[in-house]
Amino acid sequence: MESMEVARRLQEQFSEEVLDICDFQGQVGVIVKRDKIVEMLRWLRDSSDLRMDHLMDLCGVDNKNRPEANLQRFEVVYNLYSIPLRHSIRIRAQVPENDPCVDTITTLWTGADWHERECFDLMGISFTGHPDLRRILLPDDWQGHPLRKEYPLKGREEWSGLVELQRKAVELHQFDLGKGILRQPAAEQSHTKGNDKS
Amino acid sequence: MGEIKEPGLVEIEDGVKMIPGANAILGPLNKLVNWGRAGSIWPVTFGLACCAIEMMDTGASTNDLDRFGIIFRASPRQADCMIVAGTLTKKMAPILRRVYDQMPEPRYVLAMGSCACSGGVFNSYAVTQGVDTIVPVDVYVPGCPPRPAALMQGLIKLQEKILQEQYRWSLWR
Repeated sequence: MESMEVARRLQEQFSEEVLDICDFQGQVGVIVKRDKIVEMLRWLRDSSDLRMDHLMDLCGVDNKNRPEANLQRFEVVYNLYSIPLRHSIRIRAQVPENDPCVDTITTLWTGADWHERECFDLMGISFTGHPDLRRILLPDDWQGHPLRKEYPLKGREEWSGLVELQRKAVELHQFDLGKGILRQPAAEQSHTKGNDKS
Repeated sequence: MGEIKEPGLVEIEDGVKMIPGANAILGPLNKLVNWGRAGSIWPVTFGLACCAIEMMDTGASTNDLDRFGIIFRASPRQADCMIVAGTLTKKMAPILRRVYDQMPEPRYVLAMGSCACSGGVFNSYAVTQGVDTIVPVDVYVPGCPPRPAALMQGLIKLQEKILQEQYRWSLWR
């Protein structure tokens, strides 16, 4: 089945939820509301003529610098694929800035667990009902979500764990017998620079 | 070989004298210790990124680090040198420091690649700007990644550095 046909089927089934269907170079994306995302994905997975049983990817997007006016600040993108029928579809669930959360789909695909954790870690979108929503890539005590557009490239402040480590390194350097070079980290000024402009 | 300084002693190298016929050599202990250390650098591998592939290549048969007496050792407790090969992220930094702390003296660190030397192109929130802010570095080998010849050059420089050392076995030297 063509992707556009899958999108039309989805629109027929959930006419209230589907906001728009966009097509770019043969890749079809369906822009949907976030409220019934679990039902929609379950229907796509379980209906006998679609059988989209494979969650290829789940990722978050920050729409802050996008020109389209009808998009919310964030979106969660679900790429689905049907292994038996070999068709695919992209679902883009809109997430507002003031309440960045979506229902978890770990109930449908257990493998979505770490994808959702990564999305939470880097984009700050929380997933309601997730069994273990912790940071997955960054250290547990990290401040901020680096893939948000307002996050400066160098971060706002140094990670406390690294500051502590560098302090210890300087302290232990007096016991080193060799003449290796231990450099002091660069001054704090570098952290205020970056792509802070919006 | 060398000129005869006094009867019975032959100077075979600067400061090292041999007693002919006695199978004995006289000389400073530094020379002997440094010669032993420089000829048997056992590096612990700390491969973090693509530089690690180049490090493996340097150890493999074409380039063959074994001929310098350099044998990779997978445990920090039996290693003399740590080759930090690749990008060190901030989350990885405490683990690097822990491995370094487990190494017994004498220990050396060789920073391999632009990322290990200075952070390289990754001037970002997640990457340390040079491993020399975490552990003391003896030799820097720049390159992205450095070719095996460059890593060998770095290790030879480390050998030269070791041969220059004085009394490196005590804090009260």
